[in-house]
Amino acid sequence: MRSYLLSRLLGMIPTLAVISVIIFVVIQLPPGDIVTSMLDRLQAQGVDTTEEYVQNLRAQYNLDKPMVLQYFYWAGNLLTGDMGYSHLYSRPVNDLLWERLGYTLSITVSALFFTWLVALPIGIYSAIRQYSIGDYILTTIALVGLATPPFLVALVFMHIGFDWFGVSTGGLFSPEYEDAPWSWARIADLLAHIWLPMIIIGLGSAAFTMRILRANLLDELNKPYVVTARAKGVGHAKLIIKYPVRIAINPFISTIGFVLPSLISGEAIVSLVMGLPTIGPLLLQALLNQDMFLAGSLLMWLAILTVVGILLSDILLAWIDPRIRFE
Amino acid sequence: MDTVLKVRDLAVDFKTDLGLTHALVDVGFDMPRGKVTAIVGESGSGKSVTANCIMRIIQPPGRIVGGTIDFAPQGMDPFEIVSLGKRDPRLKELRGGLISMVFQEPMTALSPVYTVGNQVAEAILCHRKVGRKQAWQEAAEMLERVGIDDIDRRIRMYPFEFSGGMRQRVVIAMALVCHPEILICDEPTTALDVTIQAEILTLIRDLQQELGNSVLFITHDIGVVAQLADQVVVMYQGRVLEIGTVRQVLKDPVHPYTKGLLAAIPGLAPKGEPLATIATVVGDTDITRPYPLVTLRDGRQVSLPRDQLQGAVG
Repeated sequence: MRSYLLSRLLGMIPTLAVISVIIFVVIQLPPGDIVTSMLDRLQAQGVDTTEEYVQNLRAQYNLDKPMVLQYFYWAGNLLTGDMGYSHLYSRPVNDLLWERLGYTLSITVSALFFTWLVALPIGIYSAIRQYSIGDYILTTIALVGLATPPFLVALVFMHIGFDWFGVSTGGLFSPEYEDAPWSWARIADLLAHIWLPMIIIGLGSAAFTMRILRANLLDELNKPYVVTARAKGVGHAKLIIKYPVRIAINPFISTIGFVLPSLISGEAIVSLVMGLPTIGPLLLQALLNQDMFLAGSLLMWLAILTVVGILLSDILLAWIDPRIRFE
Repeated sequence: MDTVLKVRDLAVDFKTDLGLTHALVDVGFDMPRGKVTAIVGESGSGKSVTANCIMRIIQPPGRIVGGTIDFAPQGMDPFEIVSLGKRDPRLKELRGGLISMVFQEPMTALSPVYTVGNQVAEAILCHRKVGRKQAWQEAAEMLERVGIDDIDRRIRMYPFEFSGGMRQRVVIAMALVCHPEILICDEPTTALDVTIQAEILTLIRDLQQELGNSVLFITHDIGVVAQLADQVVVMYQGRVLEIGTVRQVLKDPVHPYTKGLLAAIPGLAPKGEPLATIATVVGDTDITRPYPLVTLRDGRQVSLPRDQLQGAVG
């Protein structure tokens, strides 16, 4: 187990290195760079720039160096923890990122828990009562949930909240706590706001998870080991949970790593609609404005989260399933 | 004769897309206490369905539509199995406590994610009020008894670390650990290779003689029947065709189908001639039509049309 962990941890290094190259290349692909978009803006404001000023600017961002060197400057700075400077927000990327990363993680992780909390019991019910009225009703709801884009659900919820209850459901904080320092009251305010995006973002994946769990469980329900346990006299509820469900949830544990990035990208549009201070809208702005340091750092962090997520789910799977542990 | 289990008029239907399939039609037989009763028949003859009825583990779309199974466990009031309510405590006691089962597929009959000890001890914990430690202790003793050595290490191993034969030993231990009145073996050796088959059969017979329980042995292997059984029940298309002692049925079968079944065994057929098929031996007798079981003078029971019965008796 220890050597498995070590090899997996070491394996992350080349993976992330390759990802960083790809991210760098992709960011450089569109025509123009930071300086051209800065100049555009300056020109729009009616400021004239000299050729010398432009050259200085390019030198400042190492844009006059060859591409390969540019990559190593960027990657080297990342390694030392310096993610560069966002010209779009005129702040160091480090300052911008941490807070938003925290909000993004808390929304996605809580959405993940919500997904499981909803999908697990419903999926189990649907499987053991296959083709019952309850199964049909829940399946229909799940299909509607799958087919409705989350941003639409967000709009509907916000409309209902505003029209019927007179509350503004956007954002993660009430206006009075928006810029307040952290306190218990601010945390309580956050919790009072975070549940709505959590449900909206989790809804689609809950429907998806429930359908897959139902299918997996139907496969397992009539396996010989379930019949053996029933013939042994194990009670019905314990039988279902201890035997088929335990096997049917394995695929989900292995997908936690993949669900994280899809939740984060699903979160982007919802966050735009609801005005949430998360990574999604920031990434969109950064890409639109060719703010390469900001965009690169964000993409790199998403990659790191994904790789760590996959590692965590693999460890969890090895812990829960002896067949993997013993290989 | 002391009868432990009395099956009468048992009928099971399976609802399928093609309509109702009668899996069992008026099945009836007695199991003498402390003896081995074998049910023989080809695939789909209803052997396993009969066993599942006795355990009450028939799953939809299958349904028991009629009949009775009277069960007389020692030291307990006799009761009828088919009419037991879902929440009747006797049903829970029946499964794994009074009657237990060994299945065909040892490779898949155990859950891969729990240790062998966990799954054997669970059988004890389901039926008796004992602590975990005590249950594991008894599980270890039973596992040793079925021939698994190095028990301190093996009891903490997972089924996928065991060979097929060892897994079947574990399943047998799991079935016997609560000292059931009846052990049902549903083709327990079909999935094993020949040398292991012999070992498992010997084990089942030795344990039966040691513990004195009754065994219902389901198989399509006539050789196994000869080796193991006291009484034989021949089934075909969900019906019982012939019941008798192992000597009566194997040496001197009455029903044409039984004759056909025996003639189709390579080892018993005359040398140098093409092997008989069941159809050629059965000849004109319509074995697909149900006739009531009639008891002959020598105690055996057969299901035959009236005119052929007279020939059989004479």
